[in-house]
Amino acid sequence: MRNQREHPTAKKKGLMERSPALQRFCRHRLAVICLFILTFMVAMALLAPVLTPYAPTKPSGKFSQGPSLEHLLGTDRIGRDMLTRILYGMRVSLLVGFLATLISTFIGVVLGLISGYVGGWVDKCLMALTDMVMSFPYILLVLVAASIFQPGMWSIILILGFVDWPGVTRLVRGNVLSLREMNYIRSDRTAGMPWHYILFSEILPNTMAPVLVYATSVFALSILDEAALSFLGMGVQPPTPSLGNILNGAESMSVLTGKPWMWIPAGVAIILLVVCINFVGDALRDALDPRNLR
Amino acid sequence: MGKYVLKKLLLAIPILLGITIIDYGLMSLAGSPLDMLTGPRMTQEAIALRAERWGLNEPVYMQYLHWLWEVLHGNLGYSIKSYQPVSEMIGSHVGPTLLLMGTSLLLGLIIAIPAGVYSAVHRYKKRDYAVVSMSFIFSSIPGFFFALILIFFLTVRLGWLPSSGMSTPGTGGDAADVLRHLIMPALVLSVEVAGSNIRYIRSSVLEILEMDYIRTARAKGIGRRRVIDTHAFRNALLPIVTVIGMQIPTLFGGAVIVEQIFSWPGLGLVTMSAVMGRDYPVVMGVCLLSAVVVLAANLLTDLIYALVDPTIKY
Repeated sequence: MRNQREHPTAKKKGLMERSPALQRFCRHRLAVICLFILTFMVAMALLAPVLTPYAPTKPSGKFSQGPSLEHLLGTDRIGRDMLTRILYGMRVSLLVGFLATLISTFIGVVLGLISGYVGGWVDKCLMALTDMVMSFPYILLVLVAASIFQPGMWSIILILGFVDWPGVTRLVRGNVLSLREMNYIRSDRTAGMPWHYILFSEILPNTMAPVLVYATSVFALSILDEAALSFLGMGVQPPTPSLGNILNGAESMSVLTGKPWMWIPAGVAIILLVVCINFVGDALRDALDPRNLR
Repeated sequence: MGKYVLKKLLLAIPILLGITIIDYGLMSLAGSPLDMLTGPRMTQEAIALRAERWGLNEPVYMQYLHWLWEVLHGNLGYSIKSYQPVSEMIGSHVGPTLLLMGTSLLLGLIIAIPAGVYSAVHRYKKRDYAVVSMSFIFSSIPGFFFALILIFFLTVRLGWLPSSGMSTPGTGGDAADVLRHLIMPALVLSVEVAGSNIRYIRSSVLEILEMDYIRTARAKGIGRRRVIDTHAFRNALLPIVTVIGMQIPTLFGGAVIVEQIFSWPGLGLVTMSAVMGRDYPVVMGVCLLSAVVVLAANLLTDLIYALVDPTIKY
């Protein structure tokens, strides 16, 4: 964003609307609250080894016990502390979501830049590829991919990362196409600026804001997908906890009916994470691009 | 117009082929179905025999070409597991999935369209924020967790609704019974549909509301209701049609998980077990079917666009 504001053509706009992005973000009250919750949850996840005396994969009490002072959220069927598992599970879910988003955004941005800037048949081929991946029932691709690789955290990260990119590609391509026609890019070209300067120092910074907003929704989606896959048993494998595979236990009727502490907290954690990320993304959208009302 | 349709159709063919190639490549990477057969009772010879019969000893691209050749002749192959023809398997399971997806789409839109329009009309008011926040929450609830909660309350606690299958075993399954089984899975999917669509519909109505002709209509003083009903909403329908087209892959994905949880005897359940058992022909058949449906939906939305919007050139 700073780059954008320092650009001579953007300067006038920056002066005209005195309110910086931060102010606009803060106007979205709910998002500010969500940002706090999110920060809190991330901190909890990161500090998990400090916060809890138990290990996530080792039994530490009697099995299937309800919440007590010793085990705030009870224990699971083999006596592991649920709260500990949820905290460590959040670590895994956040890591999967974050890395998958990073990979898919990177692929998407690179392909989008190439597609929009080079044009011609390269563009046509890349767009056909995005169409293919997009018109694919997402879950089918993920399921097939998950059955190829040994299921586990790293393969989930790679699978989600390599499946989520088409949206970003389209977004970046569209932006590049419209930015190309802007006068400042044209003047760069006339001045004989090298292509990498135009692409990376002029076009890329100006398309980062919508990409960032889009990335937050990919982040939220990746967390949901990881949870769904792990729930189906094709994602993160036990004993490593993830929010999805903790919920896997609820497929058994006795857990579902009689031991709500074993599955409700994990589900609530997923919802909280995803809702907060979505709201923060929504506020970012308003903050970074006031023209875009979507 | 005919030319436009033809052009779109011709564009869809390479994409369809590409999808099948990706599928086939992925499936063959997933490992041979022969791996699933190894057991004490399988001899090396028996495996070799099967490999020959299924054409698995050929290189992958030849297998693909064989498959394609057969598909072009209307033969989707036979399931490796049950030896049933794939087309028969799909045919017998597509009904429940269509019922589930159709009901969910309809229900989702019944929630999403009024909510989206309402939200757009009351833009930047508390009511708008409430609806938008609700839509975010809808799309943030993992479908499987929502399903578990529904089962927990409606089946376990209250005992109102059955939680698995499509009809009560032994009753033959009349319409009322199927409906009772349909409620929960359809609710889960329709909440997913509604969640993502409320915001699309809101923004497309907002875009229309900013048009000059809406200002003109307002200036004429024909009243708020009529401005929205006859001028704004009709024009906003167009982007909504596109959204429906985009829903199909998502719906199918959701259906796989929901069918798994509720044991709904649809394509999702078949797909899931086929993927697990590396039953190539079945997975390929389902992939092909879903790709065709998605492309057909895209084509249809393009056509509706072209028919309705005179500014689109074809």
